[in-house]
Amino acid sequence: MSSDRALIEVRNLTVDYVGDHSVARAVNGIDFDIREGEAFGLAGESGCGKSTVAFALARLTRLPGLVSGGQVRLNGDDVLKFDKARLKVYRWNEVSFVFQSAMNALNPVIPVSEQIMDVIETHEPALGKDGARKRAVDLFELVGIPPSRLDDFPHQFSGGMRQRICIAIALALQPKLIIMDEPTTALDVVVQRDIIEQIVDLKNRLGFSVLFITHDLGLMIEFCDRIGVMYSGELVEVAPAESILTTPQHPYTRALGNSFPPLTGPRQRLEGIAGTPPDLRDLPAGCRFAPRCPHAMEKCRIDAPQLRFYPEHMSQAACHLLN
Amino acid sequence: MSLAELDTTSAAPATEGPVLEMDGIDKEFVLGGAFLNQTFLKALSGVSLQLTRGKALALVGESGSGKSTCARMLAGAYEPSAGSIRYRGEDIARFDGKRMQIYRAQVQMVFQDPFGSLNPTQSIGYHLERPIRLHRPDLKGKAIEAEMLDLLERVGLRPAADYLKRRPHELSGGQRQRVAIARALSVQPEVLLADEPTSMLDVSVRLGILNLLEDLKRDRQLAALYITHDIATARYFAEETAVMYAGHLVEQGPSQQITDNPRHPYTQLLIESVPNPNRKIETGRARRAVDIPLWTRDSRGCPFVSRCPRVSAICKETMPGLTVLGEGHMVRCHNL
Amino acid sequence: MTEITQTSAYSLTDRLDAAAIASAAPSQAQLMKELRVKARPGWVSRLPSGLGAFVTNPKGMTGVIILLALILFSIFGPMLSDYNPNRRAGGPHVMPSQEHVLGTTRMGKDVFTQLAYGGRVSLSVGFGAGLSAALIGLAIGISAGYFGGRVDEILTFFVNVVLVLPGLPLIIVIATMVETASPWVIGVVLAATGWGWSARTIRTQTLSLRTREFVLSAELMGEKKWRIILVEIFPNMLSFFMSGLVLGTIAAILAEAALEFIGLGDPNAITWGTMLFWAQNNLALQSNAWWEIWPPCIAIMLTGAALVMVNFSVDEITNPQLRASRKIGLIRKFLSSRGRSADVF
Repeated sequence: MSSDRALIEVRNLTVDYVGDHSVARAVNGIDFDIREGEAFGLAGESGCGKSTVAFALARLTRLPGLVSGGQVRLNGDDVLKFDKARLKVYRWNEVSFVFQSAMNALNPVIPVSEQIMDVIETHEPALGKDGARKRAVDLFELVGIPPSRLDDFPHQFSGGMRQRICIAIALALQPKLIIMDEPTTALDVVVQRDIIEQIVDLKNRLGFSVLFITHDLGLMIEFCDRIGVMYSGELVEVAPAESILTTPQHPYTRALGNSFPPLTGPRQRLEGIAGTPPDLRDLPAGCRFAPRCPHAMEKCRIDAPQLRFYPEHMSQAACHLLN
Repeated sequence: MSLAELDTTSAAPATEGPVLEMDGIDKEFVLGGAFLNQTFLKALSGVSLQLTRGKALALVGESGSGKSTCARMLAGAYEPSAGSIRYRGEDIARFDGKRMQIYRAQVQMVFQDPFGSLNPTQSIGYHLERPIRLHRPDLKGKAIEAEMLDLLERVGLRPAADYLKRRPHELSGGQRQRVAIARALSVQPEVLLADEPTSMLDVSVRLGILNLLEDLKRDRQLAALYITHDIATARYFAEETAVMYAGHLVEQGPSQQITDNPRHPYTQLLIESVPNPNRKIETGRARRAVDIPLWTRDSRGCPFVSRCPRVSAICKETMPGLTVLGEGHMVRCHNL
Repeated sequence: MTEITQTSAYSLTDRLDAAAIASAAPSQAQLMKELRVKARPGWVSRLPSGLGAFVTNPKGMTGVIILLALILFSIFGPMLSDYNPNRRAGGPHVMPSQEHVLGTTRMGKDVFTQLAYGGRVSLSVGFGAGLSAALIGLAIGISAGYFGGRVDEILTFFVNVVLVLPGLPLIIVIATMVETASPWVIGVVLAATGWGWSARTIRTQTLSLRTREFVLSAELMGEKKWRIILVEIFPNMLSFFMSGLVLGTIAAILAEAALEFIGLGDPNAITWGTMLFWAQNNLALQSNAWWEIWPPCIAIMLTGAALVMVNFSVDEITNPQLRASRKIGLIRKFLSSRGRSADVF
């Protein structure tokens, strides 16, 4: 479904959090591509930096966060170097964002129609009020909400519908990439499935790419084409979705895959991953996962492994065990 | 020794029968409206379940299903509008202050939010000391500290002495949840009510917590109520699963039975919707999510009618009765 | 964009072109140096965490030092002076000199002595009224928020009454009714009318904390209500209480000075406010006797400013974004030296 051309190339991206007495490196020089028409998933647990990456890509990093190095290339141009004018074109025309909690993303005292039209009129003033309204109606139909409800307030919609409205707003200017940060985490499982199916349907029809961020690896495997697994600010594995569960290359990926109790088969005891992720202000030398890795060798504690590409598995992984 | 064992007025022995049960419980909350014209939300309708020592029962449902209300009611935070809660065979509504105090010690709750269930301004030691001082007056002085250290070790926080002085914000989510479990254990309960104890934790940490609860359940013969929206972890941890919808219990039985052979259309929908990495997303299907109905005093019939593929005329009139399918598997549906 | 065609494993860093390598981030240590982030001094970590955060906050410490200076001045200042603040000490409107460090008033009384003695009254009445108002507000706010129901309705009614009453005019009315509105009387009236806002914010905070699970857990555990209020709820709203205390104190000090300035206080008392009253009456500015009016002015201003700085530091301690924004200048420099601008304008 996706082409092989890269839409976004992230190179050597580093994001720090400036504290009172220390600097925590939340993202440490990561590289990955998002291809045209692809659903790329960024998986990992709390503190791994995936949301930080999402905000950095959208140029939404707030203090105390600071993008301290690297490039985000869109068709060769470095997004991080965009000035105010170029950013206005970038934001929402080329890349849009769906936040985790629709409750927080929609203004409770303004009707939904105004919120959608506001976005359209800001970026395409030529359309005028009527044109913007027509586009809003089209968007509502696109995400499956009756246009008659266009003038309702956010609290009059259920959680799932509100998230759908946020997706509609994200699509308002036909962007090339939509970044979704935990879009369904706050929703019940049946609603979640509906929303995800809707997103896939829209993606196939309209051809945009999706950067999908969630901790729910099972959902991600169903939905995404390729998945990048992050741990403690670094990418440890990037592989096609099917391979992540069937042939994981990195011990963390493997352990993560084993953390999901199955719905079939005998009931038996599973083990999660012992220990906790390292303190980002005071990182160990060598591989960051070594303290919790069941296969850690001496080399792992001294030498940080690099992300290498293994064509036999069509995947990239950073682990000394593979060499 | 726990207070429960010292208390000679307690009647039925703890070894046979359920230690705690809900029998035909209704719970109503006032939604609003003026006097004489108020709407009552029926959070629970005719819910019956039993907790037995050494066994875990999972209560599965989405938001608005009433599962948390069940837990809080069993913990003594609410009183039932109808039906009774029986502890060792006795209706707790008839307990006086002293017996209620004992009950509160015997039925302990672990909450969902590891960040919210601990007081950010107090140390871990404080959280463990208070319950001991309140419910175990036989322990004094050094014995209290020894007990706290023992509890921390038991829940896997080592070295225990390090943790006593720390504040909650210095701990990770998983560690905080372990402290919450230690706190619950400090009063030597018979029943543990776990309200979505792992939903807000990282995936890799969840199994650790569930395995800990399993070990404790076995070692101390606890009766566990495990509330979750994730039917896969329900299957993992609990021998028995009960599915709730809009305040009604719609299906109940051995966990493996429920997931392998779900009979209620809602259970089937839940299992279908759970993320399954072994298949790819389908598109073009009709939307199945619908707002869960607000069940009030005047509502009739089966709550699932608005989205049931098997709905018939009788479903709109009467709530289905309990059909027993054998091996403890029960369903409420007219059209099986 | 290179296609993936190689058949043997290679490192992704090999694919980094010159531009990507050039844009690499400095190391954490280098970044700390560039943004002037200094490690926490060792002795701070031995303090309880709240105190430690306060002590390393420049605004807070500046405010505290100024306040301490003023307080010490008020306590020890009178001992440094031989003059009686109420009696003539020299000629009228003598300029600041060796004999009279801050000059004399129109009546010949020593300004420095008056400032010192006046400080004792102004500061103690101000802090006293501020603290009393904050405590009353705390008691009422917490009770209303925690107990709810009827108690809440009754208490909120009183809070609303106090809020609606126009403060200064009411104080003026009371001051005219009482024989001598000494600074203490003014202080009492300020405390009795100034607890409204504090009560309201604390009530709201209590309502929100009340639903937190650790409070429910304490209740289920069987803790007594007073214990829950004091140990579970109150420590979690300490910053709100501190804010209310500081702002209430500023208001009390300013209100007291204002009342005395317009002549409603006891003109025979010695406070910073009465000093201003007399300076006004004696047309000090018009006679170019700036030393009669500026000292009490500056004293009041400094007190207010110091308290505001303490309030800001309490805000900064509870909000990490505010702390980080102290570094905005250095961060902008960091970005512009690399040809970039800030993300969120």
